[in-house]
Amino acid sequence: MAATQSVVDSILSTTDDSKFKTIQVDSAELIELDEGNLLAVNENKVDTKEFRKRTEEILLSSTRDATQCLFNSLWQLPVEQVEGAYVVKLPEPKTWLPREKPVPKKKPLTKWQEYAKSKGILNKKKSRMVWDELSQEYKPRWGYKRANDDTQEWAIEVPDNADPMEDQFAKRKNAKKERVAKNELQRLRNIARSQKSKVPGVGLTPTEKPSKDQLSKALAVAHKSTASIGKFTDRLPKEKPSRFTGKKRKFEPSIGNLKSEKEKQLNLIETNAKKLPKIDMAKATNRALRQEEQTASREKQSRKTPKKAKGKKALGLGKKASGGRTGGGNKKTRGKRKR
Amino acid sequence: MQRIVKPKTQRGRRALERKEPKIFENSKSTLFFKGGNTSQTVTQVLKEMHTLKKPHATMFGKKNATRPFEDQSTVEFFTSKSDSSLFMYGCHSKKRPNNLVIGRLYDSQVLDMAEFGIDKFVSMKDVEGQKASMGIKPCLVFSGDLFEENDDNRRVKNLLLDFFRGPTVDNVSLSGLEHVMSIHGANGKVYIRNFRVLMKKSGSKTPRVELQSMGPSLDLSLRRTRLASDDLFKRALKKPATAKPKKKKNVSHDDLGNKLGRIHMNTQDFAKLQARKLKGLKRKGPVANGTDAGDESKKQKVDET
Repeated sequence: MAATQSVVDSILSTTDDSKFKTIQVDSAELIELDEGNLLAVNENKVDTKEFRKRTEEILLSSTRDATQCLFNSLWQLPVEQVEGAYVVKLPEPKTWLPREKPVPKKKPLTKWQEYAKSKGILNKKKSRMVWDELSQEYKPRWGYKRANDDTQEWAIEVPDNADPMEDQFAKRKNAKKERVAKNELQRLRNIARSQKSKVPGVGLTPTEKPSKDQLSKALAVAHKSTASIGKFTDRLPKEKPSRFTGKKRKFEPSIGNLKSEKEKQLNLIETNAKKLPKIDMAKATNRALRQEEQTASREKQSRKTPKKAKGKKALGLGKKASGGRTGGGNKKTRGKRKR
Repeated sequence: MQRIVKPKTQRGRRALERKEPKIFENSKSTLFFKGGNTSQTVTQVLKEMHTLKKPHATMFGKKNATRPFEDQSTVEFFTSKSDSSLFMYGCHSKKRPNNLVIGRLYDSQVLDMAEFGIDKFVSMKDVEGQKASMGIKPCLVFSGDLFEENDDNRRVKNLLLDFFRGPTVDNVSLSGLEHVMSIHGANGKVYIRNFRVLMKKSGSKTPRVELQSMGPSLDLSLRRTRLASDDLFKRALKKPATAKPKKKKNVSHDDLGNKLGRIHMNTQDFAKLQARKLKGLKRKGPVANGTDAGDESKKQKVDET
C-alpha cells in the first residue's frame, strides 16, 4: 500500500516538478502531530557530528519538514469561512498540560440555603421593577432611586402607642443599621461554619420580642462583658445562677480522706470481678413497660383481624398490606398509642 | 476560599472574580522580570520574549533581587499580583552567567522550573526581513533526543510547550499561521529558533511551506531544574467533570457530512388522520333541534370510522 502510494507521489512530483516544489515530506511517519496545540514533534535522529557542523541548515530543514507535515494535516480539517478568512476548527489537544488553578469547588451552602433545601423551599422570582405609587411609574425594587423609598420621606406619622418624643427618623435609621449588622454577622458565621472552624457565640441578636430564654442569655453575656470577665459584677437580688455559664469540673482532693477512697476502689474491684452488666434502672423499666404494651396491642389486633380483613391476607399480600397503616383515626390521633 | 473582607467596589469585586479558579480557564499569562544583576543579553532576551508573547504577558522593568531556586515566595507573590501562571526570570552572575529561568505555577505555587544558560543569542533586530505579526499563536516544532532522554527532560519539554504555545483557541485562521518556533534539544543544549512562514503555491490546496529566519535565536544549556512531584503534577492535570462535553443523543452524521436526527413520536391515531377532503364526509353544522343534537353527533362519529 505504502509502496504504491510512494510511486504515485513520485509520479505526481515529477510531473509537477517543473512548476512547483512538492508538499510531500520524507520520513513523515516519524513526525508526531498534535493539531490541537499546533504542535509537531520530529523524532528523526540527527547525527551529532553533522549537526555540529551545519546547525542552522539542519534546524531549518527539519523544522520545515515538520511544519509542512503539520500544515498538510491542518489543511485536511473542515474549513469554515468567517469574515473572509478561512478558519479551521482544531481538534482536542493530545498533550495534556497542567491547569493554571485547581478545579473550582462548589460554593458551600449557607445555613438558610441548607434549611430551604431540606424543606424544599424554592426561590420566588421577583421582578426587578415595581410600581411606585407616589411617582406613578416603574422603579427598581432596590438600590439607587428605588420605588417606595422610605428614607426619603420628610414626615413620619407617630404610631398610636409610641412615645411622642421619640425620634422616628432615628429609629428607622437605627433599625436599618441593626439589620445590616445582623446580616454581616450571619455572613461571617456562614463562612466560619463552612470552614468547620468554631462558630463564634453570639450573645443576643436583635429581635422584636425577646423570649425569657434569650433575655437570660443576654444577661449572662452582659455579666461577663467586663475587663475582668465578670469577676466583680454585682448580682441582682434573687438572681438565679445562669444556665448559660458552663459547669466547672470538680476533682477530689489528692490528699485527704483515705477511708472513702479505699471504699471507692474496693467497690470498683468488686464490680469488675463480678462482671455485672451496668444497668440503668430507669431505662430498663421503660423498655420493659413498652414491650408489655406492644405485646398487649398486638394481641388486641390479632383478635380483631381474623373476622374483619382477610381478603388481602388470604391473597398473599398480607404482610405488606397490613404493615402499611394500622389503626384508623384522623391525622392527629394516628400514630399515637391506643389505650 | 471565601473572603472574609468583602471588596468595597464593584470593580474590585469583578477583578477578584477574574482571578478565581474557573472551569474553562483563560489563556495563561506570563510574567517577565529581572534579578538584581542582569547583563545586556539577558535583558534583551526578556524583552524580545515579551514581545513574542505580548497580549498575555507582563514585564516588570525594575530589578528584583531574588533567586527563584532558593526562595519561591517572591515569584509566587509577583505572579499573583499580575495573575500570571508562567514566568521568565533573567539574571547574571559570575557563577551562572546569562541565566534564564522558565517556570510555571499551579494554584499560585511554583510547579516546575528550569534554569538555562544563554550561550548564544541573536536578536530580532539583527535578523533582516519581515517579522510575524504580534499576538498570534505560534506553531511549535520539537525535535532532538534530549527531550526523550529521561522523565525530567520530558517534563522540561512539557514546560516549554506550555510556555511558548500561546493563547488557547478553538479555531485558527489558516492565513494566520505565520510563526513557527522550533525547539531542538541535543547534547544538553536547547536550540530555539523562530521562523516566519512563507506559503508558496504547490499545485494543490495545501501550500508549500518555506521558512525564513525571524529571530530571536537562542542557544541554551540546561542548568538546574526544580520539577513538581508526580503526585502534584497529576493533580494539576485533573480536568473538571463539567468541562467534558455532554454526549448528544439521537444526533448522528452520515458520510456525506449530513446531520441526521432521530425523533421519537407517539403512535399515530389513524382515526384522526386528515385524508382527502370530500364534501360528503364533512361534518354537518350544529342542528337547530336541541333534542336531536346529541344523537346527531354520535352518528357522525360512527360515520367517520
